[in-house]
Amino acid sequence: MWDWEYAFSIMPQLLKALQITISATILGFLLACILGLLLAFARRSNFKPLSLVTGGFVEFVRSTPLLAQLYFIFYVLPQCGIMLSPLSAGVIGLGLHYSTYLSEVYRAGIDAVPRGQWEASTALNFSRTRTWLSVILPQAIPPIIPVMGNYFIGMFKDTPLLSAITLVEVLQAAKIIGSHTFRYIEPITIVGLMFLVLSYVSSVGIRRLEARLNRW
Amino acid sequence: MIPINPPFDLLPALLPGVGITLQLTIFSSLLAFMLAFIVGFGRLSKYKSIQVVSTIYVEFFRGTSLLVQLFWAYFVLPHFGLELTAMQAGVIVLGLNYGAYASEVVRSSILAVPKSQTEAGIALNMTSTQIMYRVILPQAFLTMLPPFGNLLIELLKGTALVSLITLSDLMFMGAQLRITTLRTTEVFCLVLIIYFIIAYPLILGVRGLESKFSKGRA
Amino acid sequence: MEAIQLNQYEDISPVIDKPIISYQKVSKSFGDLKVLREIDLDIAPGEIVAVIGSSGSGKTTLARMLMTLEQPTSGVIMVDGEPLWHKSVNGKLVPADEKHIRRVRSKIGMVFQQFNLFPHMTILRNVTEAPIHVLGISRAEAEERAVAMLNKVGLGNKLDVYPAQLSGGQQQRVAIARALVMRPKVMLCDEVTSALDPELVGEVLEVLKEIAAEGETTMLLITHEMAFAGDVADRIIFIDKGRIVEQGPPNVILSNPRNPRTREFLSRFRQQWASKS
Repeated sequence: MWDWEYAFSIMPQLLKALQITISATILGFLLACILGLLLAFARRSNFKPLSLVTGGFVEFVRSTPLLAQLYFIFYVLPQCGIMLSPLSAGVIGLGLHYSTYLSEVYRAGIDAVPRGQWEASTALNFSRTRTWLSVILPQAIPPIIPVMGNYFIGMFKDTPLLSAITLVEVLQAAKIIGSHTFRYIEPITIVGLMFLVLSYVSSVGIRRLEARLNRW
Repeated sequence: MIPINPPFDLLPALLPGVGITLQLTIFSSLLAFMLAFIVGFGRLSKYKSIQVVSTIYVEFFRGTSLLVQLFWAYFVLPHFGLELTAMQAGVIVLGLNYGAYASEVVRSSILAVPKSQTEAGIALNMTSTQIMYRVILPQAFLTMLPPFGNLLIELLKGTALVSLITLSDLMFMGAQLRITTLRTTEVFCLVLIIYFIIAYPLILGVRGLESKFSKGRA
Repeated sequence: MEAIQLNQYEDISPVIDKPIISYQKVSKSFGDLKVLREIDLDIAPGEIVAVIGSSGSGKTTLARMLMTLEQPTSGVIMVDGEPLWHKSVNGKLVPADEKHIRRVRSKIGMVFQQFNLFPHMTILRNVTEAPIHVLGISRAEAEERAVAMLNKVGLGNKLDVYPAQLSGGQQQRVAIARALVMRPKVMLCDEVTSALDPELVGEVLEVLKEIAAEGETTMLLITHEMAFAGDVADRIIFIDKGRIVEQGPPNVILSNPRNPRTREFLSRFRQQWASKS
């Protein structure tokens, strides 16, 4: 039933496609980290309309399927004259979707910084920017890194969705191989194992990181 | 200024898909709910073998991608002689996948009930089963509700993936409709809004539970 | 040094004919930490015994082992003539199963430092839950018993409220009613006033005094309230570093202890006791 020779023969193709998956994850996550922080700031804004609109946006994106958003970005934006490659549409979709989750994580981290830290910064006459950069964020971010790590793994496991917008990431590669040879067992099982191994390795890495962060 | 008229004429074509999406959500969440308790208890079992099996299940389904699991069930299982319809594959895989996450909610909520509650049960000479069902679970269940609600929203979103194994849910109907009408913007906006409308009562429910809960605790 | 002291002031337990509780060479360790060392202690039916000692002396563990919340590392605890943690098979003691433990521990009740009421149940249900499901009596009878007991502790008007709505003192009185309604032969009270605001201590101690005065229930009181112990106890036991250092009637232990360690411990409380009595 399981053909080892066939399994080995398709490995190079799958590994190559896995690189696309990993690049999409990393780029998407970087985008999510930056967008998430901006959303967190916008939501805290004293300018009510901005914080309300941001809140609504976050709520909407969080509660609709990533797949529907990917279709929207890939098929609707070109109609407004924005042409996107499958990879860039995918990275934007992943980044946007996860930025809404990360904005909540940032918010929790920022809220967890004691009030006294703001008051101390005022007492030292720090500027707002200085307060954020030197006092608040350095304390808010380390505790949330493990949670962010979990979202990183979550995003990694969502990358196969990019196959729907024609990106040949690892699952799509497996499907193409399967449709050529009419053997789906090996390619799809190998892809599953790749995810299992990489998620496991990442979660061990996060646990290590967490242990190190807890030390101070 | 509204650039386009609301595309209500597209609705009838999408509604059958909404039915499929709702069916999938309901059946797979019921399966996930049952699995959550079976596996959540399994991980707390005093028997090592049950613990190990439960842990492997959870790690496996949380460690691999939902879409890969769907493909595996739909494309690979037939090679082992197990032919599933897209609906069956969808319900089973979504149930198994979210059941794994939900079992963690069950487990951690049970563990979060203070040990002193068990001790009070012992002091009243309750059996361990009575302590679990009369003392621990009713308290743990309240803690489980908000995370369960959040998982239900995630599951609803996850159902869109079954469109990729040819099940004609809302997402699938939307993608089809785009091809037949070429009204890309309207179709996808409508699909997103319908998903949001389905999810919104869940969001409100979770928020209500969370605020009620934080009040009760304070 | 320690050994000399112990020999010098060797503790002699009173001889009790038919003890309801009997600790026989009971030791308890948590890992390397020896909490109790070969405790021998007999308690007579109806006796009120107060156990005093600094925190970490092992006095709470003494009660928790009797409630089966901790398992002794060695030794035997007898309840009403039967081993609690063991079963006698062909004259040999073997570890007991849950059925045996439950049967024997049905004679014991306990009130905790942190009350440990069930937060998801009303006061009435807190008190009726165990009679209905453990003793198997009817709901009507259980409620009748519960209301009578709640009246006794002065909370008959709080049947339908939840624990979180009550003060600490009220919660602790409910916890006492909850334990008493099971009609235990032995009541364990583990520092039942330590978690209370000072002004709420009195109402709880009053209830306990009343129960003690009825003389039906054997009581083991783990306490820091020296005045209360002196008032209600028939015997006071001073535990230090896992051993019973000294025991005797309250007037002897509290006013004229022989052991220097007892004296040192009591000197910290003497002023408080004197001011209260």
